[in-house]
Parts: sequence; C-alpha cells; structure tokens
Amino acid sequence: MIPSKEEMYAALEERHGKELQKLFSETAVVICGLGGLGSNVAISLARAGLGRIHLIDFDRVDISNLNRQQYFPEQLGQYKTEALKDTLLKIAPYCDITSQAVKLDEENIPVLLADFPIVCECFDNAEQKAMLVNSVLENFPDKKLVAASGMAGLGSANSIVTKRIARNFWLCGDGKSDVNEGLGLISARVAVCAAHQATMVLRIISGKDEA
Amino acid sequence: MVKLNGEQHELAGKTVTEMLNDNGYDPKRVAVELNLDILPKSQYESTVLKDGDSVEVVSFVGGG
Repeated sequence: MIPSKEEMYAALEERHGKELQKLFSETAVVICGLGGLGSNVAISLARAGLGRIHLIDFDRVDISNLNRQQYFPEQLGQYKTEALKDTLLKIAPYCDITSQAVKLDEENIPVLLADFPIVCECFDNAEQKAMLVNSVLENFPDKKLVAASGMAGLGSANSIVTKRIARNFWLCGDGKSDVNEGLGLISARVAVCAAHQATMVLRIISGKDEA
Repeated sequence: MVKLNGEQHELAGKTVTEMLNDNGYDPKRVAVELNLDILPKSQYESTVLKDGDSVEVVSFVGGG
C-alpha cells in the first residue's frame, strides 16, 4: 500500500513548509537529456515534490549508461523516457510526469519547450548543449534555463560550481573537464553537477535567483 | 577596448566571428552574450564589436 496523495503532500509540507511546497507543486520543469545529469536532476526534483516534470530524450538505455545514470540492468533497451518515468513514479506516484522520445533541434525546440517556465539542459554533447542554450535564450527570453558544462573525470567535487551567466541563464560545472579528454564520466561527480542544477531549479522556484 | 569575459581586450572593429576564432573558440560550441543580451548565431558574422562593449562567451565541453 502506498500513501495517499494527501498523506504524501502533508509529509512534503512538513519538510519544506506550506509556502515552499505550494510553489514546488505548482511548477512545471522540462528536462532535456536523460543521461547522468538529467536522470539525477529528475530524481531530485521528483523527491522535492514538483508538480510536473517533462522528460525529453530520444535514446534507449544502454549497458554503458549504468556507471552513472539512474537506470537498472533490467531496463536495458527501453526508451530512457519510459524507464525513468517508471522510476520517478515509484518515488513520487502523484507527480505529473510526461515524456517525449524525440531529438530536440532548432526547429522543434520553440514548440516542444513552450509550456515550461524552467528548462534544464542535460545533454552530453557540447555542440548539442550550445544549440539548446542558444535556441532557448533566443526563442524564450523569459524562461529560466539551467545548463551544465564540465563534470568529467575525478577532479575535486569542490571545483563544480553554479554561475549566473545572464538574468535567466545559470551554468553548473567546472567549465572545463571535457569527456573527450582523460577520464570519462564518473557517477559521483556527474551527480554533484546534477545536484547543482536541481538545487538551482529549486532556488529559482523559491524566488532566489542568485547562484 | 572591449570587455571579454571580464577582461579588457583590443577587439573593437572585429566581428564576433573573428573574435571567437582569434581566441580559440569553436563557434559551434559557444553561446555569446553581448551587453547582457544573447547574440543569435546568425549575427556572429555581421556584428562588429565597438569600444565599451561587454562580451561573455560561454564555451561548452562534452559530458552529461
């Protein structure tokens, strides 16, 4: 037996306070890319009691993802959108979780991201990151955008920071650790960067815009 | 003088594309903010920097 919607909401209110929980529960966030960043961001936001989380990724779960992404061996081959949605619904059964297995590009971004006041950029390819950030900032100057760059390897977790780049654009990461140089992506350090992103999203919802 | 990522540089008269190339940026991996506004990629070639401009270049690396 899982708790009722009211019981779960009351438990969140108890933790976060009525005012903040109301804000969380009224907010919709879209997560673009469901790898090591996106899967961790989604779990943090689901646990915080967000009202709606929309998941976008065209890819399927691969064995090479399991070192850092929040999927299970039994989910290999599934669309990440579906696999992550199942996990998020176990964590937050009353969260409105929607998804689209689609590749975002300059043409479809203005349509597919239109409904969401907060956008998380969680891609892993540098050119795709730049494409999404440019498209969102050009098309939607009023949306809040939280992106990430530089979290590969085993550099100190303390070098990963959140910076406010523009009025509605925040960037998390160390800014330089490229996945194509040296060590690849390691679970804990990617999760640190994802936690920076999720924290910034929750801060923005609570009215704190400073990094 | 033009402020690039917080430091003054002699960049007045150069286009944004020239500024990116001269400073080792890959135009496909950056977002450019000019005087606090995002500069659309389509305007990199035609935008000429002038004295007093402030430019922020965010350069993305891979991984996620």
